[in-house]
Amino acid sequence: MASLELGTLVADPSTIDQPFRADVPVTRRRRQIRWGRGVILVLAAAYFIVPFYAAMAFSLQKPTGGFSLTPLSQIASAPGFISALWLSTQMAVITMAGVMLLMVPTVIYVHLRMPRFRRVMEVITILPIIIPPIAYATGVLESAPAWLRSSQYLLAIVYVILAMPYVYRSLDSGLGALDLKTLVEASRSLGSGWISTIWRVLVPNLRSALMSASVLTIALVFGEFTIANVDNWTTLPVWIYNAPTTDNPRITTLVAMVALLATCVVLTLIVTLDRSQSRNSRRS
Amino acid sequence: MTVLSDSASRTPPLGVSSLNGKSGSGGGGALVRRLRTSAPVLPFLSYVILVLGVPTVAIINYAFRSNSGHFTWQNIHTILSGGQFRTGFETSLKLALVTAIIPGILGTFIAYAISTSSHAPFKRISAATSGVLAQFGGVNLAFMFIASFGFVGVATKWLNAIGVDPWSHGFDLYKFWGVAFVYMYFQIPLMVLIITPAFAGLHPAWREAAENLGASRWRYWRHVGIPVLTPAILGSMFLLFGSGFSAYATAEALTTGTISITPIQIGSILQGNVIAGENNIAYALAFAMIVILLITVVGYVLLRRRTSRWLR
Amino acid sequence: MALATDSLTTIGSDSQSLGGAPVVFDNLTRRFGATTALDRLSLDIAPGELVALLGPSGCGKTTALRVLAGFDRPDNGRVLVDGKDVSHVPAQRRDMGMVFQSYSLFPNMNARDNVAFGLQIRHQRASQRRAKASELLDLVGLADHVTKYPHQLSGGQQQRVALARALAIEPRVLLLDEPLSALDAKVRAELRDQIRALQQRLAITTVFVTHDQEEAMSMADRVCVMLQGRVEQVATPSVLYSQPATPFVGQFVGVSSRVAVTRHGDHVEVLGREVPIRGDLNAVPAGELEALLRPEDLNVVVNPSGLGVVTHRSFLGATTRIGVGIAGANLRVDVRSTHADDLELGTRVDVSVNARDVLVTTPRPTN
Repeated sequence: MASLELGTLVADPSTIDQPFRADVPVTRRRRQIRWGRGVILVLAAAYFIVPFYAAMAFSLQKPTGGFSLTPLSQIASAPGFISALWLSTQMAVITMAGVMLLMVPTVIYVHLRMPRFRRVMEVITILPIIIPPIAYATGVLESAPAWLRSSQYLLAIVYVILAMPYVYRSLDSGLGALDLKTLVEASRSLGSGWISTIWRVLVPNLRSALMSASVLTIALVFGEFTIANVDNWTTLPVWIYNAPTTDNPRITTLVAMVALLATCVVLTLIVTLDRSQSRNSRRS
Repeated sequence: MTVLSDSASRTPPLGVSSLNGKSGSGGGGALVRRLRTSAPVLPFLSYVILVLGVPTVAIINYAFRSNSGHFTWQNIHTILSGGQFRTGFETSLKLALVTAIIPGILGTFIAYAISTSSHAPFKRISAATSGVLAQFGGVNLAFMFIASFGFVGVATKWLNAIGVDPWSHGFDLYKFWGVAFVYMYFQIPLMVLIITPAFAGLHPAWREAAENLGASRWRYWRHVGIPVLTPAILGSMFLLFGSGFSAYATAEALTTGTISITPIQIGSILQGNVIAGENNIAYALAFAMIVILLITVVGYVLLRRRTSRWLR
Repeated sequence: MALATDSLTTIGSDSQSLGGAPVVFDNLTRRFGATTALDRLSLDIAPGELVALLGPSGCGKTTALRVLAGFDRPDNGRVLVDGKDVSHVPAQRRDMGMVFQSYSLFPNMNARDNVAFGLQIRHQRASQRRAKASELLDLVGLADHVTKYPHQLSGGQQQRVALARALAIEPRVLLLDEPLSALDAKVRAELRDQIRALQQRLAITTVFVTHDQEEAMSMADRVCVMLQGRVEQVATPSVLYSQPATPFVGQFVGVSSRVAVTRHGDHVEVLGREVPIRGDLNAVPAGELEALLRPEDLNVVVNPSGLGVVTHRSFLGATTRIGVGIAGANLRVDVRSTHADDLELGTRVDVSVNARDVLVTTPRPTN
């Protein structure tokens, strides 16, 4: 065995990356990083806020100049708005119930008993994100039985598939953060059955994951256009799409913006409130 | 729920059931056990097969049928041999590529900027906002951009006021680059959403170990940080590619169907905006899209496997 | 997993001529907001010495190590290596090898590339650094795992690669940040002996942070017990055990029972025995004091009219630990297991102790 030549191993100052500068304190480097981060974030914020702000300005501007909130009150009286809103709301509720009933027990079970199946689940739940919605919509219409094709519930059935990716990811990360096996075994050993274990032990612990999954599902249903349009149902986005030719474009744009803002605010509230609650409970 | 409660209580623990037949003579018994273990996922699987699988198979089936219902390669051949469908397909690929790479890079930087922040509420709000914006596609998004960056949009007016006129310098919201510009609005948040966990998996000990061994910041990124993140970034870009490739509603609402990309072509054929009798061409186009998308999924899954090994 | 002793000898003989660098912590203070992690910490470490920083979590031991590594800056005070102030030298130019608690191997490089990383940064030729890396891996007993990636290695193997990587750059000081705490007991004991053997052969100055007193006592030349950012005592393990300088050290190091006692002039009374107070009598307050009794120093004799009652017993192997309630105190006593049969629960006993084995201290307020 050859011996190590230690002489050459010792660092030669001239070969080190940069010359040693005792005068550059670490804090200066940190400040540079912070600057770079600030610039990136400000630019990003500009890209995301400017169109939104401009669209809001567009819909709230008075022809005479200045802003007015009256368009907000006109939304409700716009023809067809209420029925579109009602249809979208129904679809959102049914989709939520369906996707939760389907996914919650399945994902919990897979985490507990079939960890290898998680990979399959992951791939399956990627598919709805990338399958071309226009192709999928027509495929559904071609293959659905006639009685279902004429029913609005077909939309909800399909939306369950579209919501799966978000619900799965929320649940998967929520469950990953729990010591699921111990929780279930503790609950079972204390005499509770499977249903009460899920309902009384796991669901409360998954609250934040379930909440954000629900909000994303609702946002998805309220934003989905392609399938509803192909299937000829006037949901909110379809109404927005068809309205401007006949009616005031300011109002439809306003509806779109209010929907976006509402989703953002609700989700942010849920996330922040939930965190502060869990922190309090840990402290006490 | 009843399915779960019934069979789960009878199922032996995973350790036993996953031996699948190695334990003793009863190969059939092991199969039964295995079936019983997987019974609770059957509702989920059946739902996926019925509602996602069957329509997909229907699309593929029609892609290879002639108008009279016989098997044919003609539809595929029509697409590949050139003309508007081939051009549309190429434009779609280009659009997907552009809206995967640019938002992929920008989203990575933004995710890094967010994840290095020490301000916890800011991080949570960013995550929540990304989640919403990532699926804020479609009609609403298109209208927002028409109202802001359209020819008479409010933001366009602001730009004119400071002496910049994007529309007279080749910018057109309703053409390729305009559509790409709008797509970034959901593609960037999507990237932020899926790449953030990778930054969280970048262990601080790697940075310190590298520094400790004499590496500068730049060399840490070059030898450790970037190589470790590359599979995650690439995998995420595959997903962005898929999302940009299949997006329909945004482009439809933005350009009222005037941009020639495959999803819009499929839409106009199927909604009878063009000559009838071409429906199966639409399915062939959809089939071609699915093939491309399956390739991206495979790429995503392979890269993701490596990522999860590295970033625990 | 025996060490390859032949290459060890070559390294050892070479580096002994180089000698490790002396390290001095000079009056270091570091605050994080309202908490003071280091409070005027001073410590001299001799060349080639292994000093363990021992203390409960939050005592500042890790901060001290990070300040030495250059990952953290003191608000006040200096760090001297080889007599030179390195306080303003960035971490990447300090030439210190560090082994982290866990997960510090670069996941995109195999074991050899990990070990060769520091040499690559120092622009060594590829062939040269690969050869050296392989040799170091051989040294830590991983010759068969040269091309494996971190996720293919066990926790103990990963830490040995990390050790080889730290040694590859010929560090002036070796820093070990709880390198064994994520490992299971058997691997931990094995690796403990390996690290110590290597460190002694290479005569490399080493600072070792741990919260595990057994680890500190068994590996270190000297142990520095820290509390609230301050040094409580720096001493060899045996001195630390037998002559703790402060009440905290007495209680933290080893197992002992605490008995409240009252001072009578120059002595206290413990278990009916007069125990003289050692050291400067003026420094010891009058009134309530505390006596610390090690379980192995106490003797138990069965006596039906004795003052103590056996309240507890647990079998530890060669010895059995008996709990005795006596005069309001609870004493823990170790007896040889072969002699423990007649010490049933409830048995009345007498407990005695040699006056020279008793440590008298001021009571520490319990939080």
